[in-house]
Order: sequence, then C-alpha cells, then structure tokens
Amino acid sequence: MAKIKAAILGSGNIGTDLMYKILKNDGAMELALVAGIDPESEGLARAREAGIEASHDGIDAILADPDIRIVFDATSAKAHIQNAEKLEAAGKMAIDLTPAAVGPYLVPPVNLDDHIGAKNVNMVSCAGQATAPLVYAVSRVVPVHYAEMIATVASRAIGPGTRQNVDEFTRTTANALMEVGGAKTARAIPVFNPAEPPITMTNTVYAVIQEKDFDFDEIRKSVHEMVKDVSEYVPGYRLKGEPLLDERETPWGRLPVIVIMNEVEGAGDFFPKYAGNLDIMTASARKVGELYASHFLQKEEVGQ
Amino acid sequence: MKAPRITDTTLRDGAHAISYSFTEEQVREIVGGLDRAGVPVIEVSHGAGLNASTIQQGFSKTPEFDLIRAAVETAEKAKIASLFVPGIGTSEELRKAAEIGIGAIRVAVHCTEADVTEQYIRLAKELGIEAVGFLMMSHTQPAEVLAEQAKLMESYGADCVYVVDSAGALVPQGVRERVSALKEALSIDVGFHAHNNLGLAIGNSIAALEAGADQIDGTVRALGAGAGNAPTEVLVAALNKMDLNTGIDLSQLMDLSEEVVAPIMPGPIVIDRDNLSSGYAGVYNSFLLHVRHAAEKFDLNPTEIMEELGKRQAIAGQEDWILDVALELAKKKKVTV
Repeated sequence: MAKIKAAILGSGNIGTDLMYKILKNDGAMELALVAGIDPESEGLARAREAGIEASHDGIDAILADPDIRIVFDATSAKAHIQNAEKLEAAGKMAIDLTPAAVGPYLVPPVNLDDHIGAKNVNMVSCAGQATAPLVYAVSRVVPVHYAEMIATVASRAIGPGTRQNVDEFTRTTANALMEVGGAKTARAIPVFNPAEPPITMTNTVYAVIQEKDFDFDEIRKSVHEMVKDVSEYVPGYRLKGEPLLDERETPWGRLPVIVIMNEVEGAGDFFPKYAGNLDIMTASARKVGELYASHFLQKEEVGQ
Repeated sequence: MKAPRITDTTLRDGAHAISYSFTEEQVREIVGGLDRAGVPVIEVSHGAGLNASTIQQGFSKTPEFDLIRAAVETAEKAKIASLFVPGIGTSEELRKAAEIGIGAIRVAVHCTEADVTEQYIRLAKELGIEAVGFLMMSHTQPAEVLAEQAKLMESYGADCVYVVDSAGALVPQGVRERVSALKEALSIDVGFHAHNNLGLAIGNSIAALEAGADQIDGTVRALGAGAGNAPTEVLVAALNKMDLNTGIDLSQLMDLSEEVVAPIMPGPIVIDRDNLSSGYAGVYNSFLLHVRHAAEKFDLNPTEIMEELGKRQAIAGQEDWILDVALELAKKKKVTV
C-alpha cells in the first residue's frame, strides 16, 4: 500500500517519543526523516539506530526532500513561526507541537473535520489535549457557561520551556477549552507536583451549567463515549470515578457543576509512564498525522 | 538579634478562613487599624493569590482588585502587598495590581519549583515593586534543597525569600535549620511564615528570628487558613518582651483584634481535631474547609481524608484531590460494609 512520507523536525525528547510511536503503529504514514540541529543529539542517534534517516541540517534537510508531505514540528514556538512559512511555501502540511499556534487548535475526536483542508494545525498543550474533549463532551449536550480545569503533572515531566512561560500554558489551554471545548468562558490552572515516586498526570474539569433542565445521564454517556474515543489513540487515558453532579456558589449564582476527573498514563515508549502529559501530545500528534495521511491517500485515489 | 519587619496577612491568609468574603469596608477598617498601629506591610488578595477566584479555590465575594484598591487608598504609611501563585495568576493580574499601587508581590510556589517564578519576579522588578519569593510547604524538603531553590529566586532578582510552613508541620529545630541554610546561602532578606497546627506558630517565629530571619508574618487574632498563623498582636507582645522594637503599637493592635477582627470571624481559631490532623499529616492548611465539606458530603471523618492527602503528597492548589480521595474512601467503605 502506498504511504505518505512524514518527517519529524526536532530531535529532543518529544521528537524521539513521537518517532517511537510512529514506528510502533503501522498506518498510512512512513517516517522518512528525523531532522535536528545538533549532530551529537541522542534523538538523531536513536533514529539511525531504528533505521530512520537522520540529519542535523534542521528544516533544510526536510525541504530538500519533495516527497515529504507531513512535518511534525517539535522544536520551539519561536522556531516554528519561521518554519511554518517555509513549510507552507514548500507545500508541506505542518503539525505543530509547539505553543506557537500559527494554525488552528486541533483535538482529534472533536474538530478534525473542521480543519481537514488546513496546511498547519496546532496541538494546543498537553492539558488542552486531555481536557478539551471532556469539556466538549458536556457542551455537546448542554451549553457550558464556564469551564475550569486543573492539571496536576509530575514536576519531572515539565520541561524548562513550560517552566519559563507558565502564562503561555494557562492562556493556550483556556483558549482551547473555549474554542475547541465549546465553553463560553474558561480557566486553566497547572500544578507541578514533585512527589516521589512521580505521580501520573491527573486532570479535573469543572463545567458550570446555567440551564435549569438537562439530562445528567446524557452527559455521563457523552463523557464515556469521548473517553473511549480518546483512549483509542492514547491507551492510558481514562476516567477516575464517574462524572459527578455537584452544586456550587458561583459568581452567577448557585449553579450545577459537573466534575470530571481523569488520569493520563503514558505508554512508556520513550518517556516514563507517569509522563502522561507528554505522551498525550505525541500520541495525539501521531493520530492527527495518521488522519491527514489517510485523507491525502484517499484524495489521490479519487483523483486517479 | 534585630527586630524583624512584620508583614500582616490577615487580609490574604485570613480570606481562606472566611471563604473569601472580605468586603471593601472590612478591608478599609483592618488596613486603617494596622497602618495606624505601624505595621509596615499589609498583604491583601484572594487567599490563594491574585486571580484565584475559581471553583477550585473558592470564588471571592468582592472582586479582589476592588479590595486591593481600597487597601491602597486607605494605607498612609504601610506598603500593600499581594500574593501571586504562577499558573493561578498571570502577568496580566500582576501588572494590574502594580498599576493599582501594590508595593510588593509575594511569588509563591511549592518549595521545589522555584524556576517557575523567574518570569514573575523579573516582571515585578521591571514594574518597580518589591519581589518576595515564597517557598510553600517547606516542611517537605530538607534545608539544602530549600537553600538551592531560594538561590534561584535570588538570581531572578528577589528581595527576600520566605520559608513558608504552609502545613504548620515544622518544629523549632526544623525552622532553625531551614532559616539558617537560607541565611548562609543568600545575601538578601530571609522571612518566615508560620501556621499553628502544632501550637508552635509563635515559638517557630522566634526560632526563625534566632536563626537570623529578617521578616516574619502574622495575622490578627491568628485569622488565617486552617489552624491560623502567628497572631500579629501576640508576636509584637513577645518581641516587646524580648526588647525587639518593631515600632508597632501593641495596644492599637489588641483593640483591632478585639473590636474589628473578632466580630468578622465565624468562631475563634482553635487547634481542633481537623487542624491537628492536618498539621500532623503535613497537609496544606487552606484545604481545611474543603475537607470538612467533602467529609460531610460523603459521611467520612475529616481526619482520614487528611491522612490520605498527606500520604499522596498533595501540595498547594490541589483541592480537587480532596474530592478524589473522599470518593475513593467512601467507595472502600461501601465495599467493606
């Protein structure tokens, strides 16, 4: 079967975990190249070890191969802003794992179809990938007036980029809860917990509902369906207990609040299992790449 | 020994104890009283810092910027400070508070996560206000780790770093070790913030001073989260007896405590079973009311929730784990019955 050639730009931890995920799952993509800028990088050595072509010429190596159609950018927000233009000019699809958000936020089970024609999509943030689907699972049943999410992540699984810019993380995630999750307003709060042994990523979503009449069973069903959809590409994604219906004092009066607690355990491909926050980024990116690759193949078949 | 600079945080830590219900009028009265008594720094914000009015922490009854504005307008000599927890607050709220006129920001993180404060300590210095690093849950780490973390904050431009006993779990020996380590490692001020779960808030504050602390926190009538803090008026009285003159008028503070703060409190702050078990298990003090709420809802003993939270090493900001723990404990009970 014909496959779509893909490349990973950035040979750090995220790029490396993503490489293992693509190699582990046979699909519509063929990983043709891993490109970094540090000839000594462990990621490039690991790529060669796995039989994948590796280059330290960065984006130029990718641009030199006209057959590469999909590029996963696991560099930095600053680098992606420049890479995005070059990739677009070369007609390559960019799946952006940085916080740059040049293209629209993409959360696979929620809004893939809305952006099937996009040339650049953004993977939001780990917390956004984990909780936007849960907020959406509520908002597709009843409007969510306000969504709040708390992401608790092991300190060891939080890299320096996020640590130096917590503002960006909270803003991006809150935006995703509105734009993708469908909440009218939203807040996102990260907690970095240094417990030993390291804790698995846990998320809590609060959804404030203003409507008087709604069917909580419908919501519960919708949440379960969504968790099933996400767990198809992030196997360690699950609920902690059943969604709960509570009532809280809010600035909008005493209102029903739906509480959803969730846990994300990583697959342990390259990152340790507790780092579900990193795993869900690479697993979601792989899923998105796979969906675009299939879409490209289909289009070509139709075209022939 | 020299007299410490006293920061009164009744209008911040105390907010936890009264479910974030301070009014502008109460802020004006308390700030007025503290300012006249000569307290040099007064902290005002949501208990969990700027922008913490949320479901997780509890919503503020009055928008906190209105409270901060009232404090800034009222204080004639005192500097108004606010608490800031990265992730809860963002640069936007810090800028706004500085615009309103706060003179100091206390940037609080779990005591192993100092590197997330860089963005905000640097911003505070750019905005021309004092920046204080606040190492929460200091009982969880040994002195050397705290000193390393404090050095990071110093390198970002902090004017002072506090050892914060958020759980009220430290004993004087532990306070001395930690404060001494910071004093040795830093060239800036070192502060100490106590909670009274083991009945040691004043004793630990004195131990901190003996170890060289330059700044100490208190709350009027101990009005703070959980078991409360070192009562500012008691602290001043003890310091007077030690011939350490803070310049604060004790009798005015006592009147403020009796006539203004006591009537606001739902009851006196005592070391009851819940507060003692919280300190003993090393659980963050602001969890108290949330734990009581969950215990009631799921027919559990608050002590068992506290113990489990301690075992799981929950830290500040993890109020959602209370519900998770309560649900699991309730489920276990059902199975065993």
